Amino acid sequence: MSAFAGLLRKEGLHILRDRRTLLVVIFMPILQVVLFGYAIRTDITDIRVAIVDPSPDASTLELRNRFSATNAFKLVRVLPNPTLLDHLFASGAIQEAVVLDGDFANRLARGLPVRILIIADASEPNSGSAMESYALGVIQGFERDVATRGGTVRIAAEARMRFNPTRASSNLFVPGLIAFVLTVVSALMTAISLTREKETGTMEILLVSPLKPFQIIVGKVLAYLVIGFLSVLFVVAEARLIFNVPLRGSLLLLLGEGLLYILTSLSLGILISSRTSSQRVAMIGALAGTMLPTILLSGFIFPLESMPWPLRVIANAIPAKWFVIIARGVMLKGVGLEYLWPQTLILLGMTVVLVAAATRSFRIRLA
Amino acid sequence: MTATPQQAAIEAHELTRRFGSFIAVDRISFDVAAGEVFGFLGANGAGKTTAIRILTGLLSPTSGTARVAGHDVYSESEWIKRRIGYMSQKFSLYEDLTVRENIRLYGGIYDLSKDEVRDRTARMLSRLGLEQSADTQVRSLPLGWRQKLAFSVALLHEPSIVFLDEPTSGVDPITRRQFWELIYEAAAGGTTVFVTTHYMDEAEYCDRISIMVAGRIEALGSPAELRRRFGVESIDELFVQLARPAAAQTS
Repeated sequence: MSAFAGLLRKEGLHILRDRRTLLVVIFMPILQVVLFGYAIRTDITDIRVAIVDPSPDASTLELRNRFSATNAFKLVRVLPNPTLLDHLFASGAIQEAVVLDGDFANRLARGLPVRILIIADASEPNSGSAMESYALGVIQGFERDVATRGGTVRIAAEARMRFNPTRASSNLFVPGLIAFVLTVVSALMTAISLTREKETGTMEILLVSPLKPFQIIVGKVLAYLVIGFLSVLFVVAEARLIFNVPLRGSLLLLLGEGLLYILTSLSLGILISSRTSSQRVAMIGALAGTMLPTILLSGFIFPLESMPWPLRVIANAIPAKWFVIIARGVMLKGVGLEYLWPQTLILLGMTVVLVAAATRSFRIRLA
Repeated sequence: MTATPQQAAIEAHELTRRFGSFIAVDRISFDVAAGEVFGFLGANGAGKTTAIRILTGLLSPTSGTARVAGHDVYSESEWIKRRIGYMSQKFSLYEDLTVRENIRLYGGIYDLSKDEVRDRTARMLSRLGLEQSADTQVRSLPLGWRQKLAFSVALLHEPSIVFLDEPTSGVDPITRRQFWELIYEAAAGGTTVFVTTHYMDEAEYCDRISIMVAGRIEALGSPAELRRRFGVESIDELFVQLARPAAAQTS
């Protein structure tokens, strides 16, 4: 098997010599975790809030202090009446307002139900509802404290966020990011590296040699399998260390599923390269054919539930969708194959079909 | 130089390849003797590349028979692949590998032992005068040297036949000259050389040539013989004479 060993060595050298690509492949995922983690995060801090407090006293002051104490809020104004609110919302000076009744303290002391109105700027619906629930959280905390001191408790509707109690968006995107990184490394790099050999004519030399086509392919693919695998380890480690994303399930299962998904993407890369003869076209093909669907239709950033049904149907054909469900299941819910077998089976089926198609397309090109 | 009848290096009989309704190679027949330098000429699109792909086992013929190094192209392409060397018109070495790494890679692919690779590398480098550049990446060598190196690498496993697909395109006249010296050296060592070229002066260097026009072989013989038979001054003239009607048809 020295011929094959030589082939592997050569792929290794290609990758090591092409420093720029290597750097991109290794640092891009690491950078992306940071980018997605800080820039695109959907949790909100420093919400500019105004509190309308017509009759200030000790209890309303306590509530106000609670708002200024959490770093989710920044208490910018305390108003005696709500007349100014319209203007403040329109100018963007505040994003949320908490309006207390005039007899707030009075009713609270007498154990009567207290009404609090929460107004949120919902021009961005997602942050609107997030701000609303943050405010509710603060008010509920206040209520609990009053209750422990023997006051009357009026329990408001409680929104419970399962699996992501801190509502950290990093928990949601890291599993998706793993899918994304694997797609880029596996599909894009394989497609480019195979078409490069076609472009330079070295592919012909390999085909004319006694090497079997599957050896050539496996030699290519193995190198990127290793890099893809390393990337997954980096991203998982980084997610843990920097963003404290939990890994509640089995690491082994996650890596195994990752390997399965890498195979899917590699086959896609081979398929793309078999249809193209220039690196440019291969790159565009890989971008349009794998990266975009992975970003847009996998549920990685944009929830599938809020998409119209034709897109939801199409998403079923995207391998990344299934991998994202699996990765979230393992990392956030800590479940194993007993729950994830249907998705795993679907991914396995896709991989078998794609590997078969890729091998076939490679053989057709020889005939 | 005529063919020694004991065993021809290449025998093609009525070899045909169709792509749908298009006939790329149309019932071509020819023999190439062992140790011969055989020039395979033809305009672009005449079917040269298809023919080479069949003979090197990359493509199976639609009909007809062909044996390369004594092996059948239909059933024994694995054997053929071990016995032939190939240099494509595109540059066929890895530019990001060093000279030595390229040689080592091909040595490994053709199952040469470590000792064989070491010995042959040393011999090749001294013959090409490349000892100083053994550890430079191929991309920084001048084109002419790269071509000579590519040819030598194609001969590394001592194949009985070497296929050269327009090996000298884009190379200066002096390097072309030197390249042909390498070809003669290989032929003198018993290697059969099957070469396609665009340069008609190079055709004159071949023992025998064939000229392909629109999928068919229209002329076959030694350059002197063909000049006599067709009553022309040069192969260049003959080529134009044969290729023009076809060109007029297709345009």
